[in-house]
Amino acid sequence: MKILIFAETDENGNFKKDALEIASYASQVSSENGGSLIALSFNASEPERLSNYGVQKTINAKNQELNNFDPEIYSNCISEIFKSENCDLLVLSSSSNSKYIGGILSVKIDAGYVTNVISKPTMGDRISVQRNTFTNKAFENVEIMKSKVILAISKNSYGLKENQINSEAIETNFNISESRNKVKSVEKTSNKVTIADADIVVSGGRGLKGPENWHLIENLADILGGATACSKPVSDLGWRPHSEHVGQTGKPVSSNLYIAIGISGAIQHLAGVNSSKVKVVINTDPEAPFFKAADYGIVGDAFEVVPRLIDKLKEFKSSNG
Amino acid sequence: MKILVCISHVPDTTSKINFTENNSKFDKSGVQFVINPNDEFGLTRAIWFKEKNNATIDVINVGLQDTESTLRKALAIGADRAVRINHDPKDGLSVAKHISDYIKLNSYDLIIAGRESIDYNGGMVPGMISAFTDINFIDKCIDLKISGNNVEASREIEGGKENISTHLPLIIGGQKGLVEESDLRIPNMRGIMMARKKELLVIDSDEDYFATHSKDFEKPQPKGEVTIVQADEVEKLIDLLHNEAKAL
Ligand SMILES: Cc1cc2nc3c(=O)[nH]c(=O)nc-3n(C[C@H](O)[C@H](O)[C@H](O)COP(=O)(O)OP(=O)(O)OC[C@H]3O[C@@H](n4cnc5c(N)ncnc54)[C@H](O)[C@@H]3O)c2cc1C
Repeated sequence: MKILIFAETDENGNFKKDALEIASYASQVSSENGGSLIALSFNASEPERLSNYGVQKTINAKNQELNNFDPEIYSNCISEIFKSENCDLLVLSSSSNSKYIGGILSVKIDAGYVTNVISKPTMGDRISVQRNTFTNKAFENVEIMKSKVILAISKNSYGLKENQINSEAIETNFNISESRNKVKSVEKTSNKVTIADADIVVSGGRGLKGPENWHLIENLADILGGATACSKPVSDLGWRPHSEHVGQTGKPVSSNLYIAIGISGAIQHLAGVNSSKVKVVINTDPEAPFFKAADYGIVGDAFEVVPRLIDKLKEFKSSNG
Repeated sequence: MKILVCISHVPDTTSKINFTENNSKFDKSGVQFVINPNDEFGLTRAIWFKEKNNATIDVINVGLQDTESTLRKALAIGADRAVRINHDPKDGLSVAKHISDYIKLNSYDLIIAGRESIDYNGGMVPGMISAFTDINFIDKCIDLKISGNNVEASREIEGGKENISTHLPLIIGGQKGLVEESDLRIPNMRGIMMARKKELLVIDSDEDYFATHSKDFEKPQPKGEVTIVQADEVEKLIDLLHNEAKAL
């Protein structure tokens, strides 16, 4: 079996954590099933770095046009390599950009495409995988009926596994035609870590009473190096930007640690955050449904507990480097 | 401007998720179905185009007769005509290919789908339609302005947004931001009465397109008890997160 991963880089050309995770995943699949593993990257600054995660060959395209994401250009380049390298399986991450092109790619290479994958494939006559469905309320076992396969791996479902091997990095250059979309400008809401990339997410609900109290959430997120998020009513009320709304109808969260402060834990909220590994709730009401979904909980007033937590975390951080 | 809005018929967000037939099928009994929230934002944006730019709106669903209640709701909110491809879709490809076949026979300027449906969370239908029909695609679209053939759109990216200019025809994967929650319309009596008279076209299909087969479903293990820490002992929480959960 020949596996291709699309390894995304950030604006500085460094591999994203998602890229290292899918490399770890694909390397395990490849070694269990006797195959080879190729990565495709665009303008990566250190393409050879993927050899630490079991990638045998990295094809790094050097094209100015690939610096900014474009669905047509990216999907054309990826399907070109998939075909010319005779690959059987394409592994993608669940980043916004990879999800954008997944459907397009599945048509271009006539593949069976499965998203939100949380297991390694089981091989038989046909490949099967397990995925998250019904917004984390169930798992689905899916069999792929085509010979070519695309799997989009759910973030943090596999983790990073180093596996240093000898590998080669090849430079390539695509012939790129014009795209129908023109990017005019990019507006970044902040330079802080995003909800999608964060290992720790600190989230506030209506229990915080108003936007003027959000320094509690921000300070806690800062000291943890985490992202800030909020419940739906908080963004509907305009206390926080929509981009922070998490849950079934907002952004999904699958961080290592999710801290919910003044959030009741409605079913729609929990659905979107349930795939986080460790959940902490801080709420005055011991009956709040979030306590049934959390690993750790404090029954208490956020306005007292959070400042205390920030102080103690400062002490913890200074003694744990 | 002719708009097609793809409508997914999904269980209400508060539904209990259970399975029948040896865990191979979603159990619809007692479940309330609604317009997929991401599609509803798109439908509302389409209604604005109808009110301000004289657009006409068709809505489409690939499904069996039970999805007609949801299509009627879309008509009551303001769509002009509904199309149901009479087919029980097996996966995202099956939905996308049927809709693409329909689009090829009936040209549209703008096709609005949701970026993802909240039942199976495939998130693949709009991208596939774009590839099948060779229509330009913007995913996670949170702002859309059209004048003549020119489109100014924004899409959500990690940590911000990207402003894009392009042209019709276009397909988008919509979500909140296209309109706000408070802009969503609740069907009124007049809308419901009018919806009964609007056309709901049923097109039969024997085409069996699919790329994946759903074998069965499992439900997550029930969670263990929460560990409660006293409000005046936050250092204990830090200790547990560090040493037990390894999350700090
Ligand atoms: C179709 C649909 C989709 C939805 N999608 C989403 C979604 O994606 N995401 C989402 O979040 N919601 C969603 N909701 C809304 C959801 O049902 C809840 O209404 C919402 O999550 C509640 O937000 P909250 O917990 O911030 O507010 P509340 O339910 O009002 O809870 C506030 C909590 O704060 C606690 N509190 C009060 N004061 C303090 C204090 N001083 N210290 C500590 N705790 C305090 C209270 O005990 C309470 O538990 C959706 C609803 C619908 C109908």
